[in-house]
Amino acid sequence: MKLFYHIGRYFVLLWLILQKPEKTSIYRRQVIAEMDYLGLDSLGIVAIVSVFMGAVVTIQTAFNTDHPLLPAYAIGFATRQAIILEFSPTVISLILAGKVGSRVASEIGTMRVTEQIDALEVMGVNAASYLILPKVIASVIINPALVIISMFLGISGGYMAAALTDVVPLSNFTYGILFEFSQFDILYALVKTIIFAIIIASVSGYFGFYTRGGALQVGHSSTKAVVFSSIYIILFNLILTQILLA
Amino acid sequence: MIRTENIWKYFEDDKPVLRNVSLHFEQGKTNLIIGRSGSGKTVLMKCLVGLLEADKGRIFYDDRDFSAMGFKARKVIRKEMGMLFQGAALFDSMTVEDNITFPLNMFTRMSRTEKKKRVDFCLDRVNLGAVHGLLPSELSGGMKKRVAIARAISIKPKYLFCDEPNSGLDPPTAILIDKLISEITHDFNITTVVNTHDMNSVMEIGDTVAFIHKGDLWWTGSKDDVLHTCNKQLNEFVYATELMRTIQNQTQEGE
Ligand SMILES: Nc1ncnc2c1ncn2[C@@H]1O[C@H](COP(=O)(O)OP(=O)(O)OP(=O)(O)O)[C@@H](O)[C@H]1O
Ligand SMILES: [Mg+2]
Repeated sequence: MKLFYHIGRYFVLLWLILQKPEKTSIYRRQVIAEMDYLGLDSLGIVAIVSVFMGAVVTIQTAFNTDHPLLPAYAIGFATRQAIILEFSPTVISLILAGKVGSRVASEIGTMRVTEQIDALEVMGVNAASYLILPKVIASVIINPALVIISMFLGISGGYMAAALTDVVPLSNFTYGILFEFSQFDILYALVKTIIFAIIIASVSGYFGFYTRGGALQVGHSSTKAVVFSSIYIILFNLILTQILLA
Repeated sequence: MIRTENIWKYFEDDKPVLRNVSLHFEQGKTNLIIGRSGSGKTVLMKCLVGLLEADKGRIFYDDRDFSAMGFKARKVIRKEMGMLFQGAALFDSMTVEDNITFPLNMFTRMSRTEKKKRVDFCLDRVNLGAVHGLLPSELSGGMKKRVAIARAISIKPKYLFCDEPNSGLDPPTAILIDKLISEITHDFNITTVVNTHDMNSVMEIGDTVAFIHKGDLWWTGSKDDVLHTCNKQLNEFVYATELMRTIQNQTQEGE
């Protein structure tokens, strides 16, 4: 029962968010500010995680495919596919859900419990749209960029692992990286990323927007934002993989 | 002018927080709603501005039926409202200046210099000087209230709502804020509604007074009538403090 209540209210909120904005110039400024907060701020962690994961994926694949029938370039190929198809879009989105989701929910939740949202609504501002829409748009723009950077750095990390260790000959690895490259894979990854971006910003916004109580509940909301955006990302990952790759 | 007709509000099914409240708030006057803590003042004010929906009854803003309006139509009226919240509710990540310019940015096409002038005017009107660049957390409680008033009047509202504007302030500052609200109301001919449980405010600025007790409207009148009412609940409220009782005894002895 509770679940249906939340889903219903989530869609009501989405409907509010998608109303025509009061003044587009203000929204535009907000989007740029949010891109800064949500995106550039996350660049560091995305870079570190990507490089190391790329390296680890390469070494793991090398150790676990040590079989005479498998060509050596398979390691590079598998690394590339893992990074582009799953690791960059899904894992980076999960990291962003943790980083961005908690920030969005606690920011909006605090505004709710200190009556700042009421103040906006009394003025005649559509608070849901004013607070959440710029975050959704900013995420939809910035997350794919972060994911592309992550793909690049992940593969670079793998390359470094190949160069610095002797798990796989470098020339074989490079051949594998370039082997049967398909642009559709990138498109597939970006479609997933965009949907995850919408999930992160709107689900976190939802939990923040409907916070009731005080500091304690703001904390709860931000935890719930992270937990539920992560769950929905994983759920939608399964669904989208089935739809897009089938 | 704001009018309510038979407002009922329930949070639980059998316990109404507001029972059949019909009131009339006049233009150019400070209309006070008084009552004990928990009597329903804040709920009534939130129903008036539409932050809560009344379960029954109607609300009119100058004969426009607010309660029957949808989101879009209400927006027109909301742009004519200013509200001072019990906790000031300033946007805490914005400077004082940005707080006051916010409604102007949102709803007007003023130029930068016009906005600057308006901010200076509003801050001056609430007797604050150079606080433009400060954040709300860097202000005292009384200053926050004044900035909140400045924000509320920046788009020249027709209706001003103040929920306990002077709670938590020392008596001279409380009176200062009350006077400010009263002056603004008269200067700009605003319909002002003020929630309070402070008898000082009633005597200072109460043009009209409505007394609410446990969700019922018990009494309406002017501040002069308040002292001479035979309504038992209101009497208990008015003469709750030693000070008021002393005044009462002295006036009775004088008569
Ligand atoms: N959102 C809510 N949900 C449930 N009950 C509420 C809600 N808001 C207020 N109430 C109840 O309504 C009653 C009136 O509350 P209200 O805040 O209007 O009192 P008040 O007159 O403003 O008191 P005070 O002078 O202390 O501010 C209280 O019993 C309160 O518990
Ligand atoms: Mg109250």
